[in-house]
Amino acid sequence: MNEMSGKGILKGLGVTLKRFVDTYVDDLKWLGKRYGTAEGIAHRSSKNGKGIFTVQYPEEKLPMPEEFRFVPFLVYDIGEDEEIVMRCTSCGICSRVCPPQCIWIVRTVDPITGRPIPDPAEFYIDADVCMNCGLCAEYCPFDAIKMDHDYELASFGRNLFDKEKLAKPAAYYDGIRPINATRENAARAAKEAARSGHNE
Amino acid sequence: MTTPVLSETSDLALRFPGAITADARPGYSGWIVEKDRLIEIASALRDEMNYDYLSSVTGVDYLPEEKFEVVYQFYKTTGGPGVLLKVQVPRIDPVEVPSLTGIYPGAEFQEREAWDLLGIKFTNHPDLRRILMWEGFEGFPLRKDWKEAYFDEDAKPFKSRWPEGRHTPAESKNPHGDNINYPVAFDPEKWVPEGEEALYGALAEYKKTDETGFGTDHIVVNMGPQHPSTHGVFRVAVTLDGETIVSLKPVMGYLHRNHEKIGERNTYLMNIPYTDRLDYLSSMSNNFGYVLAVEKLMNLKPTERADHIRVVMAELTRISNHLMAIGALLNDLGTYFTPMLYALEERELILDIFEAVAGSRMMCNYFRFGGVVRDLQDDIIQKIKDLSFERLPRQIDQLERFLSENEVLLSRSVGQGVLKPEDAIRLSAAGPLLRASGIPYDVRRADPYGIYERFEFDVCVRQNGDIYDRLMIRFDEIRQSIRIIQQAIKQIPGGPVSAVKPAYQVRVPPGEAYGRVEGPKGELGFYVISNGKSAPWRYHVRSPSFINLTALGPICVGLKIADVVAVLGSIDIVLGEVDR
Repeated sequence: MNEMSGKGILKGLGVTLKRFVDTYVDDLKWLGKRYGTAEGIAHRSSKNGKGIFTVQYPEEKLPMPEEFRFVPFLVYDIGEDEEIVMRCTSCGICSRVCPPQCIWIVRTVDPITGRPIPDPAEFYIDADVCMNCGLCAEYCPFDAIKMDHDYELASFGRNLFDKEKLAKPAAYYDGIRPINATRENAARAAKEAARSGHNE
Repeated sequence: MTTPVLSETSDLALRFPGAITADARPGYSGWIVEKDRLIEIASALRDEMNYDYLSSVTGVDYLPEEKFEVVYQFYKTTGGPGVLLKVQVPRIDPVEVPSLTGIYPGAEFQEREAWDLLGIKFTNHPDLRRILMWEGFEGFPLRKDWKEAYFDEDAKPFKSRWPEGRHTPAESKNPHGDNINYPVAFDPEKWVPEGEEALYGALAEYKKTDETGFGTDHIVVNMGPQHPSTHGVFRVAVTLDGETIVSLKPVMGYLHRNHEKIGERNTYLMNIPYTDRLDYLSSMSNNFGYVLAVEKLMNLKPTERADHIRVVMAELTRISNHLMAIGALLNDLGTYFTPMLYALEERELILDIFEAVAGSRMMCNYFRFGGVVRDLQDDIIQKIKDLSFERLPRQIDQLERFLSENEVLLSRSVGQGVLKPEDAIRLSAAGPLLRASGIPYDVRRADPYGIYERFEFDVCVRQNGDIYDRLMIRFDEIRQSIRIIQQAIKQIPGGPVSAVKPAYQVRVPPGEAYGRVEGPKGELGFYVISNGKSAPWRYHVRSPSFINLTALGPICVGLKIADVVAVLGSIDIVLGEVDR
């Protein structure tokens, strides 16, 4: 076992050589389309991928699966008069379920009656504390807070996001999570229909 | 007259009348032992009943009842359920309990941890120093009446977040931008780290006299905490005789964040994403262990489909973890990154699956009480099939062919860093470290959880206990994991993935539970005590990386200093789990 015949080393080098050759064979097969195209990236990281594997970020980026989650954002709808209608009702479930407690909300209070109004006066997420767990989005009953796909957040200061920074249109959400959005929109529409049916 | 040999744990009560009583609190199990008879009873457990494996030692602070409890989990390496012993002592300093290190050396670090965090003194412990906190730290942080600087509230959710939302981060309340409490009369400028003296003193105890009479000195070398081969911020202090190691002590805690204290403030659900951050290379397994413990308390059973998904995910995690371990170990042995990157490629494909399923590559946060977060889509099932039936077997063979016969590798690893089977058990080694030493002990077989008893797989075992065996056993285990995935993914049934309606506040009846899984690095246990409130009263992690390090010193004595790197790589630690 301990004799230095070098056979084992050569065997190992054979593996690297094969891989080296595989890369160029694959390159030829794809005629330059192996890099920088969506199909090329998908092929490289599939079961049939051979040879070099690296995705050259930031020139190339891995496709993001729908469920990918990063720092949350607030969804708003566009009302009939083009006004912004926040889905958030400041019920506080997200801030209560948040494990590192990085969400804090100021509830709007009617100045005359003193009763709370279902609309957040202020909404903060400390993105430097956020652990991207997604529990807020998971338990929000109004589909108002959702996890983002935008992961390029590097900055020089503290990332304390306020309501303006967090708000994004529903169309953006429908774009990044089409399957989830379709399902949720249908469920909300059904609920709405049931409620208006009761009222009639 | 000979003493009758004990066969049942109930015999213990007959054999030691008055010294041992069944724990009758609702939701609790095990035995409460008189502290003065503990050593005697533990010896009988080990020698007569074959409970040779001390899995976990921890303390619990029962502040309302004014007492501390030390909890011991014993198992047989031949399999089967364990025995739970508890020692209760009044909550008056000094709190003293006899140390079990004399009969179970694997208790060494765990008792040091209980001393460090709870202030329970273990008498006759050979080296009772703080382990995760630094010497000179004020107080015992896991005690229920200990509060950190800028303490917010006892349990989450904190009231400052909603509905008034008047939260200011802790560091902004401090002109220096930190949040540390110094003891009274402490001047950081004048402080001399006394812990270092204690550490080097502990090393010196192992000093042997030189028989040749040649005038040489032992020298102390610190490797780490910043050292590329320690896989993180980890330090080993070694005394050397020339290049040969005379004694070695691991020094840890640089990444300590008191995971358990955080866990006792969190609600049950909030702890799941925190467990991801223990062993951050295998978050799915961590989730598994924790939800298992809480499900035991809640008496909840996941759905069939969720059970299958859990097994698939846990085994994929094992593969990705072992690939990382193999790659890192080969790196430590000097192969500059080529095998590491080959291994990472396959791991990358597994992480792609995790990302599509759970939303994140490493911080999966995928398990929930009673099931998992979301269902597996058909395209992902197809991906898992492609990987487990086609690509992984091929690529694992290639990776093995690449280096397993390399002469340089063989000369550095065969016969080096041997851990004998009896030592592995005594030192409470777990996982591949234990099995490479010839002990076929795997929690999936020894004490099955989930639906593992339905699958066909072999418990991998290798006989020599050297670095080479610890490398090769990881290849063996990857192959077995692939086998399990193939079976599970083929017979995955339809149906819901959660047995209960998702809820962010769960009701957990009072009691205790110990959930343990065979994590990629060894037995991963979660000891959870509920008092019926929204947060666990006690939440303890039996972390395999931490306890496996107990064996590092004994393995390394007599080796060359350069071999420490290889031995450490072959144990496979993740500092997130060591330091917690």
